[in-house]
Amino acid sequence: MTKFTVKDHDMVPEHVLLTPEESAAVLAEFGIEAPQLPKIHVTDPAAKEIEAKVGDIIKIMRKSPTAKQSIFYRLVID
Amino acid sequence: MRLSEKEISEKLESVNLPLSIKEALRAGLQGQQVTEVQFNEIISTVESDYEHSRVEPCEAVGVVAAQSIGEPGTQMTMRTFHYAGVAEINVTLGLPRLIEIVDARKIPSTPTMTIRLNQDYAHDRDLAREVAWAIESSSILHLGSIATDLAEMNVLIELNPGALEQRKITATEVADKLKEETGLAVALKENLLVMAPEEPSYRELLQLVEKIKRISLKGVEGIKRVVIRKEGDEYILYTEGSSIKKVMQFDGVDPAKIKTNSINEIGEVLGIEAARNAIINEATDTLREQGLSVDVRHIMLVADIMTVDGEVKQIGRHGVSGEKASVLARAAFEVTVNHILDAAIRGDVDDLKGVTENVIVGQPIQLGTGDVKLVANKR
Repeated sequence: MTKFTVKDHDMVPEHVLLTPEESAAVLAEFGIEAPQLPKIHVTDPAAKEIEAKVGDIIKIMRKSPTAKQSIFYRLVID
Repeated sequence: MRLSEKEISEKLESVNLPLSIKEALRAGLQGQQVTEVQFNEIISTVESDYEHSRVEPCEAVGVVAAQSIGEPGTQMTMRTFHYAGVAEINVTLGLPRLIEIVDARKIPSTPTMTIRLNQDYAHDRDLAREVAWAIESSSILHLGSIATDLAEMNVLIELNPGALEQRKITATEVADKLKEETGLAVALKENLLVMAPEEPSYRELLQLVEKIKRISLKGVEGIKRVVIRKEGDEYILYTEGSSIKKVMQFDGVDPAKIKTNSINEIGEVLGIEAARNAIINEATDTLREQGLSVDVRHIMLVADIMTVDGEVKQIGRHGVSGEKASVLARAAFEVTVNHILDAAIRGDVDDLKGVTENVIVGQPIQLGTGDVKLVANKR
Protein backbone atom coordinates (compact mmCIF):
# COMPACT_ATOMS: atom_id res chain seq x y z
CA MET A 1 0.00 0.00 0.00
CA THR A 2 1.32 3.42 -0.88
CA LYS A 3 1.77 5.81 1.97
CA PHE A 4 -1.23 7.91 2.76
CA THR A 5 -0.80 11.60 2.20
CA VAL A 6 -3.02 14.41 3.38
CA LYS A 7 -4.13 15.35 -0.12
CA ASP A 8 -5.70 11.92 -0.61
CA HIS A 9 -8.28 12.62 2.05
CA ASP A 10 -11.81 13.29 0.86
CA MET A 11 -12.07 16.52 2.79
CA VAL A 12 -8.86 18.09 1.50
CA PRO A 13 -9.29 20.02 -1.77
CA GLU A 14 -6.51 20.24 -4.31
CA HIS A 15 -3.80 22.75 -3.36
CA VAL A 16 -1.62 24.16 -6.13
CA LEU A 17 1.45 26.29 -5.56
CA LEU A 18 1.49 29.34 -7.85
CA THR A 19 4.60 30.59 -9.60
CA PRO A 20 5.56 34.25 -8.94
CA GLU A 21 4.14 35.21 -12.37
CA GLU A 22 0.83 33.49 -11.66
CA SER A 23 0.71 35.09 -8.21
CA ALA A 24 1.20 38.55 -9.72
CA ALA A 25 -1.56 37.86 -12.22
CA VAL A 26 -3.96 36.82 -9.44
CA LEU A 27 -3.23 39.95 -7.42
CA ALA A 28 -3.67 42.13 -10.49
CA GLU A 29 -6.97 40.45 -11.30
CA PHE A 30 -8.42 41.30 -7.89
CA GLY A 31 -6.56 44.59 -7.57
CA ILE A 32 -5.20 43.79 -4.11
CA GLU A 33 -1.93 43.31 -2.28
CA ALA A 34 -0.81 39.87 -1.14
CA PRO A 35 -1.45 40.48 2.61
CA GLN A 36 -5.12 41.11 1.83
CA LEU A 37 -5.56 37.48 0.80
CA PRO A 38 -6.82 34.85 3.25
CA LYS A 39 -3.96 33.10 5.01
CA ILE A 40 -2.61 29.62 5.44
CA HIS A 41 0.18 28.65 7.83
CA VAL A 42 3.43 27.12 6.51
CA THR A 43 2.90 24.43 9.10
CA ASP A 44 -0.47 23.54 7.62
CA PRO A 45 -0.33 19.86 6.60
CA ALA A 46 -1.68 20.57 3.13
CA ALA A 47 0.77 23.44 2.59
CA LYS A 48 3.69 21.33 3.80
CA GLU A 49 2.81 18.66 1.32
CA ILE A 50 3.34 20.96 -1.66
CA GLU A 51 6.40 22.46 0.03
CA ALA A 52 5.06 25.98 0.15
CA LYS A 53 7.25 28.72 1.60
CA VAL A 54 6.28 31.90 3.45
CA GLY A 55 5.09 34.49 0.93
CA ASP A 56 3.88 31.98 -1.65
CA ILE A 57 0.32 31.99 -2.87
CA ILE A 58 -1.60 28.74 -2.94
CA LYS A 59 -4.49 28.18 -5.29
CA ILE A 60 -7.16 25.95 -3.83
CA MET A 61 -9.68 24.17 -6.02
CA ARG A 62 -12.58 23.72 -3.66
CA LYS A 63 -15.52 21.47 -4.25
CA SER A 64 -18.47 23.76 -3.82
CA PRO A 65 -22.00 22.53 -3.08
CA THR A 66 -23.43 25.39 -5.14
CA ALA A 67 -20.94 26.04 -7.93
CA LYS A 68 -19.44 22.54 -8.05
CA GLN A 69 -15.98 24.00 -8.14
CA SER A 70 -14.71 27.27 -6.78
CA ILE A 71 -11.23 28.67 -6.74
CA PHE A 72 -9.74 30.21 -3.64
CA TYR A 73 -6.36 31.73 -2.88
CA ARG A 74 -4.41 31.76 0.34
CA LEU A 75 -1.19 33.49 1.22
CA VAL A 76 1.35 31.37 3.09
CA ILE A 77 2.34 32.91 6.43
CA ASP A 78 4.37 31.55 9.33
CA MET B 1 -25.70 25.52 -39.37
CA ARG B 2 -26.36 23.17 -36.47
CA LEU B 3 -23.69 22.96 -33.82
CA SER B 4 -22.30 19.51 -33.08
CA GLU B 5 -22.09 18.31 -29.49
CA LYS B 6 -18.36 18.69 -29.59
CA GLU B 7 -18.58 22.30 -30.66
CA ILE B 8 -21.11 23.03 -27.89
CA SER B 9 -18.78 21.47 -25.37
CA GLU B 10 -15.84 23.53 -26.57
CA LYS B 11 -17.81 26.75 -26.58
CA LEU B 12 -19.13 26.06 -23.10
CA GLU B 13 -15.59 25.66 -21.80
CA SER B 14 -14.74 29.25 -22.64
CA VAL B 15 -17.86 30.71 -21.00
CA ASN B 16 -17.33 32.42 -17.67
CA LEU B 17 -19.93 30.61 -15.56
CA PRO B 18 -19.72 28.26 -12.57
CA LEU B 19 -19.09 24.63 -13.35
CA SER B 20 -22.48 23.51 -12.06
CA ILE B 21 -24.31 25.83 -14.45
CA LYS B 22 -22.10 24.76 -17.33
CA GLU B 23 -22.88 21.15 -16.63
CA ALA B 24 -26.59 21.84 -16.44
CA LEU B 25 -26.34 23.64 -19.78
CA ARG B 26 -24.42 20.79 -21.32
CA ALA B 27 -27.01 18.28 -20.13
CA GLY B 28 -29.85 20.49 -21.35
CA LEU B 29 -28.31 21.04 -24.75
CA GLN B 30 -27.53 17.40 -25.33
CA GLY B 31 -29.30 16.08 -28.40
CA GLN B 32 -30.79 19.49 -29.14
CA GLN B 33 -30.50 21.08 -32.51
CA VAL B 34 -29.11 24.55 -31.96
CA THR B 35 -27.50 26.96 -34.35
CA GLU B 36 -24.64 29.20 -33.35
CA VAL B 37 -26.96 32.22 -33.08
CA GLN B 38 -29.37 30.34 -30.82
CA PHE B 39 -26.50 29.05 -28.73
CA ASN B 40 -25.12 32.54 -28.20
CA GLU B 41 -28.55 33.76 -27.22
CA ILE B 42 -28.95 30.97 -24.67
CA ILE B 43 -25.57 31.76 -23.20
CA SER B 44 -26.19 35.49 -22.94
CA THR B 45 -29.60 34.89 -21.27
CA VAL B 46 -28.03 32.53 -18.76
CA GLU B 47 -25.15 34.91 -18.14
CA SER B 48 -27.43 37.88 -17.49
CA ASP B 49 -29.65 35.79 -15.17
CA TYR B 50 -26.55 34.65 -13.34
CA GLU B 51 -25.33 38.23 -12.97
CA HIS B 52 -28.75 39.20 -11.56
CA SER B 53 -28.69 36.40 -9.01
CA ARG B 54 -25.31 37.36 -7.62
CA VAL B 55 -24.92 39.20 -4.37
CA GLU B 56 -24.53 42.93 -4.95
CA PRO B 57 -21.37 44.62 -3.74
CA CYS B 58 -21.94 46.23 -0.31
CA GLU B 59 -24.70 43.78 0.53
CA ALA B 60 -24.68 42.91 4.25
CA VAL B 61 -24.20 39.18 3.76
CA GLY B 62 -23.02 38.64 7.32
CA VAL B 63 -26.23 39.99 8.82
CA VAL B 64 -28.30 37.92 6.42
CA ALA B 65 -26.31 34.80 7.30
CA ALA B 66 -26.66 35.50 11.03
CA GLN B 67 -30.43 35.87 10.70
CA SER B 68 -30.74 32.83 8.47
CA ILE B 69 -28.92 30.58 10.91
CA GLY B 70 -30.22 32.27 14.04
CA GLU B 71 -33.92 32.07 13.27
CA PRO B 72 -34.06 28.27 12.71
CA GLY B 73 -31.71 28.01 15.69
CA THR B 74 -34.49 29.23 17.96
CA GLN B 75 -36.48 26.16 17.03
CA MET B 76 -33.72 23.73 17.87
CA THR B 77 -34.16 21.54 20.86
CA MET B 78 -32.16 22.04 23.97
CA ARG B 79 -31.97 18.27 24.27
CA THR B 80 -28.29 17.50 24.33
CA PHE B 81 -27.90 13.81 23.79
CA HIS B 82 -28.83 11.40 21.16
CA TYR B 83 -27.92 7.80 20.75
CA ALA B 84 -26.67 6.87 17.31
CA GLY B 85 -28.03 3.47 16.40
CA VAL B 86 -28.59 0.41 18.53
CA ALA B 87 -25.03 0.33 19.78
CA GLU B 88 -25.64 3.61 21.54
CA ILE B 89 -22.77 5.95 21.00
CA ASN B 90 -23.40 9.25 22.61
CA VAL B 91 -23.21 12.34 20.41
CA THR B 92 -24.05 15.93 21.22
CA LEU B 93 -26.63 17.29 18.81
CA GLY B 94 -28.98 20.20 18.44
CA LEU B 95 -28.28 23.67 19.73
CA PRO B 96 -25.41 22.71 22.06
CA ARG B 97 -23.58 21.14 19.13
CA LEU B 98 -24.15 24.16 16.89
CA ILE B 99 -22.77 26.42 19.62
CA GLU B 100 -19.80 24.09 19.97
CA ILE B 101 -19.06 24.40 16.25
CA VAL B 102 -19.16 28.19 16.07
CA ASP B 103 -17.25 28.48 19.35
CA ALA B 104 -14.46 26.40 17.78
CA ARG B 105 -13.94 24.39 20.93
CA LYS B 106 -10.64 22.55 21.08
CA ILE B 107 -12.29 19.28 22.06
CA PRO B 108 -15.98 18.62 21.42
CA SER B 109 -17.99 17.37 24.38
CA THR B 110 -18.51 14.00 22.70
CA PRO B 111 -15.68 13.31 20.27
CA THR B 112 -16.47 10.56 17.83
CA MET B 113 -15.02 9.15 14.63
CA THR B 114 -16.60 7.44 11.67
CA ILE B 115 -14.16 4.97 10.17
CA ARG B 116 -14.70 3.37 6.82
CA LEU B 117 -12.74 0.27 5.91
CA ASN B 118 -10.83 -0.79 2.81
CA GLN B 119 -12.65 -2.81 0.20
CA ASP B 120 -11.05 -6.04 1.47
CA TYR B 121 -12.24 -5.44 5.01
CA ALA B 122 -15.51 -3.62 4.56
CA HIS B 123 -17.66 -6.61 3.69
CA ASP B 124 -16.28 -9.11 6.18
CA ARG B 125 -17.69 -8.95 9.66
CA ASP B 126 -14.78 -10.82 11.25
CA LEU B 127 -12.14 -8.61 9.69
CA ALA B 128 -14.08 -5.50 10.66
CA ARG B 129 -14.25 -6.77 14.22
CA GLU B 130 -10.50 -7.38 14.23
CA VAL B 131 -9.83 -3.77 13.21
CA ALA B 132 -12.27 -2.58 15.86
CA TRP B 133 -10.46 -4.51 18.58
CA ALA B 134 -7.09 -3.27 17.40
CA ILE B 135 -8.26 0.34 17.62
CA GLU B 136 -10.23 0.16 20.85
CA SER B 137 -8.17 1.04 23.85
CA SER B 138 -7.92 -2.02 26.13
CA SER B 139 -7.52 -1.58 29.83
CA ILE B 140 -6.86 -4.33 32.32
CA LEU B 141 -10.58 -4.64 33.01
CA HIS B 142 -11.18 -5.75 29.42
CA LEU B 143 -8.62 -8.52 29.76
CA GLY B 144 -9.29 -9.94 33.18
CA SER B 145 -9.96 -9.05 36.77
CA ILE B 146 -7.95 -7.17 39.35
CA ALA B 147 -7.88 -7.87 43.06
CA THR B 148 -5.85 -6.91 46.12
CA ASP B 149 -4.26 -9.24 48.60
CA LEU B 150 -4.11 -7.34 51.86
CA ALA B 151 -2.15 -10.00 53.71
CA GLU B 152 0.70 -9.94 51.20
CA MET B 153 0.18 -6.31 50.17
CA ASN B 154 -0.03 -7.39 46.54
CA VAL B 155 -2.12 -6.55 43.53
CA LEU B 156 -3.29 -9.69 41.78
CA ILE B 157 -4.32 -9.49 38.15
CA GLU B 158 -5.95 -12.54 36.71
CA LEU B 159 -5.97 -12.48 32.92
CA ASN B 160 -8.64 -14.16 30.90
CA PRO B 161 -6.97 -16.23 28.11
CA GLY B 162 -10.04 -15.89 25.89
CA ALA B 163 -9.98 -12.09 26.12
CA LEU B 164 -6.24 -12.03 25.48
CA GLU B 165 -6.64 -14.00 22.30
CA GLN B 166 -9.57 -11.91 21.13
CA ARG B 167 -7.61 -8.69 21.53
CA LYS B 168 -4.41 -10.22 20.18
CA ILE B 169 -2.19 -9.50 23.13
CA THR B 170 -0.12 -11.94 25.19
CA ALA B 171 0.27 -12.06 28.95
CA THR B 172 3.97 -11.17 28.57
CA GLU B 173 3.08 -8.08 26.59
CA VAL B 174 0.64 -7.03 29.29
CA ALA B 175 3.32 -7.55 31.93
CA ASP B 176 5.88 -5.53 29.96
CA LYS B 177 3.47 -2.69 29.37
CA LEU B 178 2.53 -2.55 33.06
CA LYS B 179 6.19 -2.55 34.02
CA GLU B 180 6.90 0.28 31.60
CA GLU B 181 3.98 2.41 32.79
CA THR B 182 4.31 1.93 36.54
CA GLY B 183 8.04 1.33 36.87
CA LEU B 184 7.35 -1.56 39.24
CA ALA B 185 8.35 -5.20 38.99
CA VAL B 186 5.73 -7.53 37.59
CA ALA B 187 5.81 -11.24 38.37
CA LEU B 188 4.12 -13.39 35.76
CA LYS B 189 2.84 -16.87 36.55
CA GLU B 190 0.74 -18.43 33.80
CA ASN B 191 -2.11 -15.95 33.55
CA LEU B 192 -1.63 -14.38 36.92
CA LEU B 193 0.26 -11.11 37.33
CA VAL B 194 1.47 -10.05 40.75
CA MET B 195 2.57 -6.50 41.51
CA ALA B 196 3.49 -4.82 44.76
CA PRO B 197 3.56 -1.07 45.52
CA GLU B 198 6.84 0.57 46.46
CA GLU B 199 5.85 0.88 50.08
CA PRO B 200 3.59 -1.71 51.64
CA SER B 201 0.82 0.63 52.72
CA TYR B 202 -2.91 0.23 52.25
CA ARG B 203 -3.16 3.62 50.58
CA GLU B 204 -0.40 2.95 48.07
CA LEU B 205 -1.95 -0.38 47.23
CA LEU B 206 -5.31 1.12 46.36
CA GLN B 207 -3.68 3.90 44.40
CA LEU B 208 -1.75 1.35 42.38
CA VAL B 209 -4.97 -0.48 41.54
CA GLU B 210 -6.51 2.75 40.26
CA LYS B 211 -3.40 3.51 38.25
CA ILE B 212 -3.35 0.09 36.64
CA LYS B 213 -7.00 0.41 35.69
CA ARG B 214 -6.27 3.61 33.78
CA ILE B 215 -3.36 2.27 31.73
CA SER B 216 -4.11 1.71 28.07
CA LEU B 217 -2.53 -1.63 27.23
CA LYS B 218 -3.34 -1.86 23.58
CA GLY B 219 -5.10 0.16 20.92
CA VAL B 220 -5.38 3.91 20.59
CA GLU B 221 -5.45 5.89 23.78
CA GLY B 222 -8.65 7.81 24.21
CA ILE B 223 -10.76 5.51 22.06
CA LYS B 224 -13.04 4.21 24.75
CA ARG B 225 -15.37 2.22 22.58
CA VAL B 226 -15.66 1.04 19.01
CA VAL B 227 -18.97 -0.02 17.58
CA ILE B 228 -19.49 -1.81 14.28
CA ARG B 229 -22.53 -1.03 12.22
CA LYS B 230 -23.65 -2.41 8.93
CA GLU B 231 -24.76 0.22 6.46
CA GLY B 232 -25.81 -1.14 3.11
CA ASP B 233 -23.42 -4.01 2.58
CA GLU B 234 -20.54 -2.28 4.30
CA TYR B 235 -19.35 -2.44 7.88
CA ILE B 236 -18.55 0.95 9.36
CA LEU B 237 -16.87 1.61 12.69
CA TYR B 238 -18.05 4.30 15.07
CA THR B 239 -15.88 5.28 17.97
CA GLU B 240 -16.21 7.06 21.24
CA GLY B 241 -13.15 9.29 21.41
CA SER B 242 -11.21 10.66 18.51
CA SER B 243 -7.66 10.37 17.20
CA ILE B 244 -7.60 10.32 13.42
CA LYS B 245 -3.86 10.62 13.09
CA LYS B 246 -3.26 7.32 14.87
CA VAL B 247 -6.22 5.46 13.46
CA MET B 248 -5.21 6.32 9.87
CA GLN B 249 -2.23 4.03 10.19
CA PHE B 250 -4.17 0.89 11.00
CA ASP B 251 -4.41 -1.89 8.45
CA GLY B 252 -7.83 -2.12 6.91
CA VAL B 253 -8.79 1.49 7.63
CA ASP B 254 -9.50 3.66 4.60
CA PRO B 255 -7.53 6.78 5.57
CA ALA B 256 -9.14 8.92 2.87
CA LYS B 257 -12.63 8.51 4.30
CA ILE B 258 -12.00 8.75 8.01
CA LYS B 259 -14.14 11.40 9.70
CA THR B 260 -14.25 12.98 13.11
CA ASN B 261 -16.49 15.58 14.71
CA SER B 262 -13.48 17.32 16.24
CA ILE B 263 -12.93 20.27 13.90
CA ASN B 264 -9.76 21.29 15.63
CA GLU B 265 -8.25 17.87 15.12
CA ILE B 266 -9.07 18.00 11.42
CA GLY B 267 -7.39 21.39 11.24
CA GLU B 268 -4.24 19.99 12.79
CA VAL B 269 -4.04 16.76 10.84
CA LEU B 270 -5.51 17.68 7.46
CA GLY B 271 -5.16 21.44 7.25
CA ILE B 272 -7.26 24.55 7.27
CA GLU B 273 -9.20 23.81 4.09
CA ALA B 274 -10.31 20.45 5.46
CA ALA B 275 -11.33 22.20 8.67
CA ARG B 276 -13.45 24.60 6.65
CA ASN B 277 -15.17 21.66 4.96
CA ALA B 278 -15.65 20.04 8.35
CA ILE B 279 -17.36 23.15 9.75
CA ILE B 280 -19.72 23.23 6.77
CA ASN B 281 -20.51 19.53 7.01
CA GLU B 282 -20.96 19.45 10.76
CA ALA B 283 -23.16 22.56 10.85
CA THR B 284 -25.34 21.38 7.97
CA ASP B 285 -25.71 17.92 9.48
CA THR B 286 -26.61 19.33 12.90
CA LEU B 287 -29.28 21.56 11.38
CA ARG B 288 -30.60 18.88 9.07
CA GLU B 289 -30.85 16.37 11.89
CA GLN B 290 -33.26 18.76 13.57
CA GLY B 291 -35.31 19.05 10.42
CA LEU B 292 -34.13 22.55 9.63
CA SER B 293 -32.82 23.60 6.26
CA VAL B 294 -30.48 26.55 6.04
CA ASP B 295 -28.97 27.52 2.72
CA VAL B 296 -25.45 26.19 2.60
CA ARG B 297 -24.12 29.58 1.43
CA HIS B 298 -24.79 31.10 4.84
CA ILE B 299 -22.88 28.30 6.51
CA MET B 300 -20.09 28.59 3.96
CA LEU B 301 -19.74 32.26 4.83
CA VAL B 302 -19.45 31.43 8.52
CA ALA B 303 -16.89 28.71 7.78
CA ASP B 304 -14.91 31.08 5.57
CA ILE B 305 -14.70 33.83 8.16
CA MET B 306 -13.73 31.30 10.82
CA THR B 307 -10.83 29.95 8.75
CA VAL B 308 -9.67 33.11 6.94
CA ASP B 309 -6.56 33.57 9.09
CA GLY B 310 -5.24 30.07 8.55
CA GLU B 311 -6.45 28.72 11.86
CA VAL B 312 -9.89 27.90 13.17
CA LYS B 313 -11.10 30.78 15.29
CA GLN B 314 -14.41 31.14 17.04
CA ILE B 315 -17.21 33.54 16.31
CA GLY B 316 -17.14 35.48 19.54
CA ARG B 317 -15.15 37.53 21.93
CA HIS B 318 -11.86 35.71 21.36
CA GLY B 319 -12.31 35.38 17.63
CA VAL B 320 -14.16 37.13 14.85
CA SER B 321 -16.14 39.61 16.97
CA GLY B 322 -13.14 40.46 19.12
CA GLU B 323 -11.06 41.38 16.09
CA LYS B 324 -13.36 44.03 14.69
CA ALA B 325 -11.62 47.28 13.92
CA SER B 326 -14.22 49.47 15.57
CA VAL B 327 -14.10 50.06 19.33
CA LEU B 328 -17.85 50.69 19.55
CA ALA B 329 -18.69 47.53 17.62
CA ARG B 330 -16.54 45.46 19.98
CA ALA B 331 -17.97 47.20 23.03
CA ALA B 332 -21.50 46.50 21.80
CA PHE B 333 -20.81 42.77 21.74
CA GLU B 334 -19.38 41.67 25.08
CA VAL B 335 -17.34 43.10 27.98
CA THR B 336 -18.29 46.66 27.10
CA VAL B 337 -16.41 48.48 29.84
CA ASN B 338 -13.08 46.78 29.18
CA HIS B 339 -13.13 47.66 25.51
CA ILE B 340 -14.01 51.29 26.07
CA LEU B 341 -11.47 51.61 28.87
CA ASP B 342 -8.67 50.04 26.81
CA ALA B 343 -9.56 52.23 23.84
CA ALA B 344 -9.47 55.34 26.03
CA ILE B 345 -6.05 54.42 27.43
CA ARG B 346 -4.64 53.75 23.97
CA GLY B 347 -6.35 56.74 22.44
CA ASP B 348 -8.10 54.69 19.73
CA VAL B 349 -10.07 56.37 16.99
CA ASP B 350 -13.32 54.97 15.63
CA ASP B 351 -13.86 55.72 11.95
CA LEU B 352 -17.58 54.89 12.13
CA LYS B 353 -17.41 52.82 8.98
CA GLY B 354 -19.35 49.76 10.11
CA VAL B 355 -23.00 49.11 10.86
CA THR B 356 -22.99 48.71 14.65
CA GLU B 357 -21.08 51.86 15.46
CA ASN B 358 -23.31 54.00 13.24
CA VAL B 359 -26.42 52.60 14.89
CA ILE B 360 -24.90 53.49 18.26
CA VAL B 361 -24.21 57.09 17.34
CA GLY B 362 -27.51 57.44 15.49
CA GLN B 363 -26.25 57.91 11.95
CA PRO B 364 -27.56 56.19 8.83
CA ILE B 365 -25.60 52.97 8.29
CA GLN B 366 -23.42 52.73 5.22
CA LEU B 367 -25.42 50.03 3.52
CA GLY B 368 -28.19 49.97 0.96
CA THR B 369 -29.73 53.44 0.69
CA GLY B 370 -27.39 54.67 3.41
CA ASP B 371 -24.47 53.99 1.14
CA VAL B 372 -25.62 56.43 -1.52
CA LYS B 373 -24.15 59.90 -1.29
CA LEU B 374 -25.64 62.80 -3.19
CA VAL B 375 -23.62 65.74 -4.26
CA ALA B 376 -25.32 68.88 -5.56
CA ASN B 377 -24.39 69.69 -9.09
CA LYS B 378 -23.87 73.47 -9.08
CA ARG B 379 -24.60 74.96 -12.44
